[in-house]
Amino acid sequence: MSDQIVFLLQLVITGVAVGAVYSLMALGFVLIYKASTVVNFGPGELVLFGAYVAWATILNMKLHLAVALPLTLVVAILLGLVIERGVLRPLIGEPIISVIMVTFGFASVVRGVLNMTWGSDTRPFPALFSSQPFHLGPVPVSPVHLWSFVTVMVLLAAFSLFFKYSLIGTAMRATADNQQVAQSLGVSVKGVFALSWCIATVVSALGGIILGSVRGGVDFSLADYGLKVFPVVILGGLDSVAGVIVSGVIIGVLENLSGGYLDPIFGGGVKEVAPFVVLVLILMIRPYGLFGRKDVERV
Amino acid sequence: MLRLNNVQVIYSDVILVLKGLSLEVTEGQIVALLGANGAGKTTTLKAISGLLKTEDGRVTDGSIEFMGRRIDGLDPEDICRRGIVQVMEGRKVLETLTVEENLRIGGYTRRDADGIQQDLRMIYEYFPILVTRRHQVAGYLSGGEQQMLVIGRALMARPKLLLLDEPSLGLAPLLVREIFDIIRKIHEERGTTFLLVEQNAQMALRIADYGYIMENGRIVFDGPAAKLRGNDDVREFYLGLSEAGRRKSFKDVKFYKRRKRWAF
Repeated sequence: MSDQIVFLLQLVITGVAVGAVYSLMALGFVLIYKASTVVNFGPGELVLFGAYVAWATILNMKLHLAVALPLTLVVAILLGLVIERGVLRPLIGEPIISVIMVTFGFASVVRGVLNMTWGSDTRPFPALFSSQPFHLGPVPVSPVHLWSFVTVMVLLAAFSLFFKYSLIGTAMRATADNQQVAQSLGVSVKGVFALSWCIATVVSALGGIILGSVRGGVDFSLADYGLKVFPVVILGGLDSVAGVIVSGVIIGVLENLSGGYLDPIFGGGVKEVAPFVVLVLILMIRPYGLFGRKDVERV
Repeated sequence: MLRLNNVQVIYSDVILVLKGLSLEVTEGQIVALLGANGAGKTTTLKAISGLLKTEDGRVTDGSIEFMGRRIDGLDPEDICRRGIVQVMEGRKVLETLTVEENLRIGGYTRRDADGIQQDLRMIYEYFPILVTRRHQVAGYLSGGEQQMLVIGRALMARPKLLLLDEPSLGLAPLLVREIFDIIRKIHEERGTTFLLVEQNAQMALRIADYGYIMENGRIVFDGPAAKLRGNDDVREFYLGLSEAGRRKSFKDVKFYKRRKRWAF
């Protein structure tokens, strides 16, 4: 097989792997939006938070992975509760712009606290998977990409089943559908908001851990990955869980391809911009996204 | 079982809707709450179920007691857990969920898996049409099916008191009759207590044990349903019947609207 095709396949494979992580982070974003119509403008900081806490527990406190990872997730859940209880609940009933700005503000606070605590140097991140590439046919694949992809897919499948079949998942969908009705049936809407924030912080933390181990280090540029959530959710449709899973992968691949083929021509930087070019295009052509609801009404 | 004592409700801190309303619902009865548009019937139900809170309304005076405990000021989900479920006006199905998911979420507050399963079967017996729609998305049901679904969904909570808001709204007369027959049947077989708000006074008084008539945020008249059915003013203003008990002919209707002022 020619080098050209191997190059292409490699770009696609790493794109899929990173894109899957985007899907995971976007899932958290969509959950919050669906349940409470709050747009979270700090997805990057949630990723950053997870990555730094994981780094601190694994390398700084030298805890065993089996302790450190669950601990990171517990801390992420606490962060979710703090955000929901402390920041958003007092704002229930306030104008939506205030609610959006407060997510922005809180994200800055998180970033500031991380910076104060651990500084802004790049920290080495433990390699959770071996870096020795194996060959899939002629294409070399690094295990970290494969494992991150598998992990994400398992998580996404688990979440889908949870939403579809569990009573709490159904209650979350009911809340997204009609808050007042859900409340009249005994569903605690505040509980659902809190749960969706906790799921968001947990999946973002997992995203941060995976991205950290893919890149081999954590620093504040990791937050930029979180920003990719926006093109992903716009492409997939703000309120569609299935949509963001597909579009996360699409954005990942697209970004890698434009990085591989267009960066040499334009002298770099296309990779970072490409997802946002898609965002603009989608907003112009299909504002409700590929899979989003165009507010179907029964006639 | 339920007692409202001089309840005052204000929306957005300025709009006074209930002006000292008192009423009582006895366990095991069907109580009808009748009145013209804007009298405050729906507000009364929402004050009881706590849903008022979600619409920036507040009980500012008086008290609401259920089974001897004050419930005004509680969150709607807590009131639901105490056994009061409101079926809201306008067939509020959860549109993106299937029929069965709608019913299951109705039993959200319960933990007895067997009982839930049993009630699910019972509801499919009351409303056989829902069985065939089971896995369909509820948003695409017909109006009558949606009304059956929301009543069934409320029953899934096994409520002690069911608040029904305008179950007949926008339904064909035959369907209205069918739904009222089922309400009566549920009442007889399960002993559920109902507080029923209706525009269709005739239907409501046919199945009710007791009735209240509201105007302008107050109760203006009340009595056993049989007495209300026989009262001349109620007959003229709410049942559309003339003295002789015949349906009123249009040629007898006066061209100006006579307003009834209730004497206290």
